[in-house]
Amino acid sequence: MRSLLRLYRFLRPYRLQAIVALLLLFFMVAADLVIPRLTQRVIDQGIVANNLHVVITTALYMVGASILSVVLALVNNSLSVYAAMGFGANLRSALMRRVQSFSFGNLDHLQTGKLIVRSTSDVSSVQIVVILSLRILTRAPIWAAGAIVLLVFTSPRLALMVAVFVPLIAGLVWLFARKAHSMFLLMQQRLDRLNTVLQENLAGIRVVKAFVRTAHEITRFDNTNEALMNRTIQVSQLMAVFMPLMLLILNMAIVGAVWLGGKIAIAGGMSVGHVVAAINYLTFALFPILLLGGMLGPLSAADASASRILEVLDAEPQVQPPSCPAKILHPQGRIVFENVSFGYNGNGAEPVLRDVSFTAESGETVAILGATGVGKSTLIHLIPRFYDVTAGRITFDGIDLRDLELPWLRSTVGIVLQEAVLFSGTVRDNIRYGRIAATEEEVRAAARAAQAEEFISELPEGYDTVIGQRGVTLSGGQRQRIAIARALLVKPKVLILDDSTSALDIETEIRLQDALDRLISISQDATTRFVVAQRISTVLLADKILLLDQGRIAAIGTHQQLLAANSMYRDIYRSQLGEPPVEKVE
Amino acid sequence: MTDKQTQQTASVRIPGMPGPGGSASPQGRNIERAKDVQGALRRLMRYLRPYRGSLVVVILVAALGTGLALTAPYLMGRAIDQLAKKDLGALLVPVLLMLAAYMLSAGAQLIQGILMVRVSQKAMRALRSDLFNHMQTLSLRFFDARAQGELMSRLTNDMDAISQVLTNHATQLFTGLLTLAGVLVIIFILSPWLAAGSMLAFPLMIGLVGMVGRKTRKVFRSYQKRLGALNAILEETYSGQRVVLAFGQEQTVLDKFDRTNEAVRSIGVQAMTLALVVMPMMGILSNLNVAILCGLGGWLAIRGMVSIGTIAAFISYSRRFAEPLRQLGNLYNLIQGALAGAERIFEVLDTVPDQIDAPQALEFSRVTGEVQFDHVTFSYIPGVPVLQDITLHARPGERIALVGHTGAGKTTLVNLLSRFYDIDEGTIRIDGVDVRSVSRDSLRRQLGVVLQQSFLFSESVLENIRYGRLDASDEEVFAAARLAHADGFIRRLPQGYGTVLSERGQSLSEGQRQLLSIARAILADPAILILDEATSSVDTRTELSIQQALDELMRGRTSFVIAHRLSTISRADQVIVIDKGRVIERGTHQALLAMRGAYHRLYQSQFRH
Repeated sequence: MRSLLRLYRFLRPYRLQAIVALLLLFFMVAADLVIPRLTQRVIDQGIVANNLHVVITTALYMVGASILSVVLALVNNSLSVYAAMGFGANLRSALMRRVQSFSFGNLDHLQTGKLIVRSTSDVSSVQIVVILSLRILTRAPIWAAGAIVLLVFTSPRLALMVAVFVPLIAGLVWLFARKAHSMFLLMQQRLDRLNTVLQENLAGIRVVKAFVRTAHEITRFDNTNEALMNRTIQVSQLMAVFMPLMLLILNMAIVGAVWLGGKIAIAGGMSVGHVVAAINYLTFALFPILLLGGMLGPLSAADASASRILEVLDAEPQVQPPSCPAKILHPQGRIVFENVSFGYNGNGAEPVLRDVSFTAESGETVAILGATGVGKSTLIHLIPRFYDVTAGRITFDGIDLRDLELPWLRSTVGIVLQEAVLFSGTVRDNIRYGRIAATEEEVRAAARAAQAEEFISELPEGYDTVIGQRGVTLSGGQRQRIAIARALLVKPKVLILDDSTSALDIETEIRLQDALDRLISISQDATTRFVVAQRISTVLLADKILLLDQGRIAAIGTHQQLLAANSMYRDIYRSQLGEPPVEKVE
Repeated sequence: MTDKQTQQTASVRIPGMPGPGGSASPQGRNIERAKDVQGALRRLMRYLRPYRGSLVVVILVAALGTGLALTAPYLMGRAIDQLAKKDLGALLVPVLLMLAAYMLSAGAQLIQGILMVRVSQKAMRALRSDLFNHMQTLSLRFFDARAQGELMSRLTNDMDAISQVLTNHATQLFTGLLTLAGVLVIIFILSPWLAAGSMLAFPLMIGLVGMVGRKTRKVFRSYQKRLGALNAILEETYSGQRVVLAFGQEQTVLDKFDRTNEAVRSIGVQAMTLALVVMPMMGILSNLNVAILCGLGGWLAIRGMVSIGTIAAFISYSRRFAEPLRQLGNLYNLIQGALAGAERIFEVLDTVPDQIDAPQALEFSRVTGEVQFDHVTFSYIPGVPVLQDITLHARPGERIALVGHTGAGKTTLVNLLSRFYDIDEGTIRIDGVDVRSVSRDSLRRQLGVVLQQSFLFSESVLENIRYGRLDASDEEVFAAARLAHADGFIRRLPQGYGTVLSERGQSLSEGQRQLLSIARAILADPAILILDEATSSVDTRTELSIQQALDELMRGRTSFVIAHRLSTISRADQVIVIDKGRVIERGTHQALLAMRGAYHRLYQSQFRH
């Protein structure tokens, strides 16, 4: 329960409501417990004594007590709900804020799916326990304690039964809960497995059909389906045994009380009213334990949720903002890598980049080339500080990136990520994402430069077409072009394209590059460009080509220089375009 | 008294299980209704039919158990009456009877529970299995039209709701109604006057609860809506978090989130408060009734019209009456929700497979690989043709390159060959046989496909490659991996070929995933090979080495190759240039270059500088 308790601080703004709600519980229990006492009075002093007046007044007291109880319960409800809902909102907000402070390093460990589950179902399962705690969970022990005290007063000998039955029921509840918990985990695993099989079948339906593996898939599904069924039957049957058994024990206690109480009453030790009241108090004392047993499930589920939530909240942002942030008034966009090394796990693991040094002058285009997984994306992710270098430093106009204000840096560096993620909303909203204040003309100009204008105009509602889940689906190439337009609109000082034209055919890509060149040449200040690409045609015109091999710079130079001096570059060239056609490279 | 508890514990949840939750679940089950309740119910019943025998036993046992449980308060009343007579011997009879009634009733509940669990889970397995099997018979058109998450939710959430209803709620409803009826009969027999008196508070309460219930449903619906909006924001923000970061939009995101988060909170307070009102109201009903019973009962008792035991029994019965009444509304909603889920499941089950093999369909054994497209026209959406009048002829062993802009229809063309979709006009023939007259399975066994988006399963690398041919030996798998140049990186994985991939192989790079897909196709050893951008994410030097493997693979097989890189294309026997769904040029690489047409332009653009 330690994780759950650590989340207490999110309830703190509502502690007044919570405390009042808890205090009310005592009065509610008192109002509930007074009813059997009054029943006893009706029987003993009313009916047995033939006193109608006592009967009527006592009945009226009972009406009063029950009205009081319900009013208190309603107030308690409102307060608990208010506190719990506020708690949930606080928690969600804290999670959201923490995620917003994360860098790529953090996000690598916490995938989207996980984050969503943390903020939705995990939060609500903790929220349920907050409501339960402020109502039933705390009321149950008060109830039991009050009933036991009253039982002792009503009949000390019957109270001895509590000493027998409470440990018995509590022990059994504990035993069953433990057993059910481990069985439930097994069942949950089977359920997860079934979901995975399903999800894979749906996502890979083309592969399944292409390889004619329907029979194989059905067998796979049947096996997990059967396993799930067996586990579910196990857990549910355990509960099917548990519940009647518990009730039986409870009822045995009552029968025992009737018999024992009866014996005492007949011997003249107790009145009939006392016996009836004692039976009532006995059930009031035992029932809450059962109730608590039922709460063990939600409680342990909530504790697991709480620890998952804390996993996010406790994660330190891997990129920290500088203590006294600097801005550059008139940035030139000169980027220098000085002996930069980088590893995803800090200094411990195999570094991805080793001792990388180079200079990108203001306005230059730097192309980065190399095999899959060599560290190209990693290198350019260091420029907007998605990750921090492990050794060496990177400077922007001579100032270490780590001294620059983060929002300023990221708005000055425009990046088009490898995966073109768009948001639901219109095409225009998506392009305008980076600069919401942009004018219509600017949006169109960016789209035009990104070679997106043509297909956008063919969409059903042009720029107003809604894309995403409920809207038009775009092809990979179309998404990439919108993502490029989005980055262009920011008018960044440094523009980074991370293999973001891979889904475009070569003709479109060439047009795009021309447009970028024009756009950049007409704007007054120069834009430094970094381009990661697989295709050699993409990088031919770069001022500098950086050839990466195993995390190091293998060669650096222009196309001509590399073609003349570097065998690896020539290999890559040959693999794509055949023998270097000397006459074309002039 | 004893009886309030009986019913409440029945709704205590299985630890950790997102069970019925009662009215206290803040997530609030969707309150939705099936369109055709009877239809959905009838079809659901069909899944229970094999267990008719067990169900009859369940009903009998449940009735017996409920009946026995109902005698207990009466017996207690009698026992208390014996107290007044001070007769210990006479006390023993009702006490022993009570003991027997409780034990038998517990036994009945036990049998009923165990049987019902078995029946319902077996029925659920059958339903899940039917749904899955049926989905396997549906064509890609079906899957194209539906979001994956939505289909998943039918197999998980809807199934869960039905399972809960079958396992718990159905019998709860049955015993609840039985209890209500039983209590009514018993109390009117015991004392019509007192019975009438104890009914006094009910209409008032039922009216109040109904009113609150209606209001609650309304507020809950808007709470659900806000919650949905919040989840949408979360999902979108988190999945685009890197973009948010790249554009420094954290503050905008937070502002948007805060507004919705606050809306959820405030309407959540309303919805939950209302939902929780019912419980205390039912509480007051019970306590008020006790007061009425004590007052009226006391008056009657003084007149000698009822005994003290009868009053005690009445108090007991009135609590028994309140509990099922409180549950009924909730059960009704849960059952309605499950039926709506069942309806969604049956909707999928009712989707007629649009691709069923003709009964007299031929079976291909091993084709030579001659492929002909004869004036083929195809559209996904009627009236919007994607391919028009496509004619091509691939002789056995030939390599056909398909070239064209993104969205020109290249992938569609090869999809038609696999009969993922059926054509609108024209014919496709393999070895001279119209593919429509051949069974799909035997057709697809002739084809080896490496798709644009490689897909891997969360199983071992070995099993993933073996997917191409299930009876392949480990040695054959290794050989295929070596040919695909995947052996090297596989052996560097933590457990080599035994490494279990994470979901969809996300622990591997896209390039590595493609290499595994190629190995899979190599292992399948098909007569006709389709490579749809199979190496687009592999770097070009690796591609060069796989190319040799692919060349080896393509030897002696008819192959269709889609690629952007012209180096892959230049070695083809025929190059087909497709634009806007039509073939605009065809011929060899050299011949097409000489034509100086579209292909020439495409080729030149690579060397333009």
